Amino acid sequence: LFLGYFITMNSVGEACTDLKREYDQCFNRWFAEHFLKGDRSGDPCTETFRKYQRCVQKAIKEKDIPIDGVEFMGPNKDKPDS
Amino acid sequence: MVKYFCNSTDIKSTWDHVVSAFWQRYPNPFSTHVLTEDVVYREVTTDHRLLSRRLLMKTNRLPRWAERFFPVGMSRCVYIVEDSIVDPVNRSLTTYTWNLNHTTLMSVEERCVFQDSLEQPSTTLLKREAWISSGIFGFSKPIQEFGLARFKSNQVKAMKGLEYALSNLQGETPQWLLRDTVKPPSEKAKEAAKTLASAASAPQKPQQYV
Repeated sequence: LFLGYFITMNSVGEACTDLKREYDQCFNRWFAEHFLKGDRSGDPCTETFRKYQRCVQKAIKEKDIPIDGVEFMGPNKDKPDS
Repeated sequence: MVKYFCNSTDIKSTWDHVVSAFWQRYPNPFSTHVLTEDVVYREVTTDHRLLSRRLLMKTNRLPRWAERFFPVGMSRCVYIVEDSIVDPVNRSLTTYTWNLNHTTLMSVEERCVFQDSLEQPSTTLLKREAWISSGIFGFSKPIQEFGLARFKSNQVKAMKGLEYALSNLQGETPQWLLRDTVKPPSEKAKEAAKTLASAASAPQKPQQYV
């Protein structure tokens, strides 16, 4: 039983897990083969990302998860540089 | 009152592997308390940095004595935001993680910076800093100690989870884990999977709340 290979994390939106899996696979491939190597050609994952986001953003609203409007790295602003 | 921690660790993998594993570390045998994981924002900037936001939902396991601090009906789940910046030119990954809810009880913020080690080849230096504060009863001692113990335990689990993901990446170049194909697992992965399987079949220990 090799759990790490056949289980992916669930999405917070129960209906979104398959879309998440599809996006994650696309992203992980693009990240290692293109992004890290400095390849700046287009991102092949925009469509799967869009579908996944449509689902997960809806779930976030439905569950009242207080993430909307939270500034990127907001709490880092008042910290000294490491 | 804010408690501040910092430490440094050497990870015996290249920065490229560490950054690839960073996206693939869930699930792992040490993350059974993490229930869901979602990327909710991602952008490549004009200077080729990758900005991402991940939303994690974790169980909030409390000892019985601490449960009285929770109003009846309060969510048992903790939402965690993890914002990150991957800079492949300067070869740094910076992450900032904090909890969105239960902040009155305890607010935990952590900043991690992953960079090439300057001293050892094929090694990544991780610098972590954390800020922990609580608004309850002037940060009473039992809550403080419980919170710190759990934070440290979670840090250990997070490192083990990252190392687990790293042990599954093979070869010279970073790879993605092909979740739907069969690949012979490394020895470490087999051991970890056995541990996970036996933990899943064993009865739950009531004290396991960290």
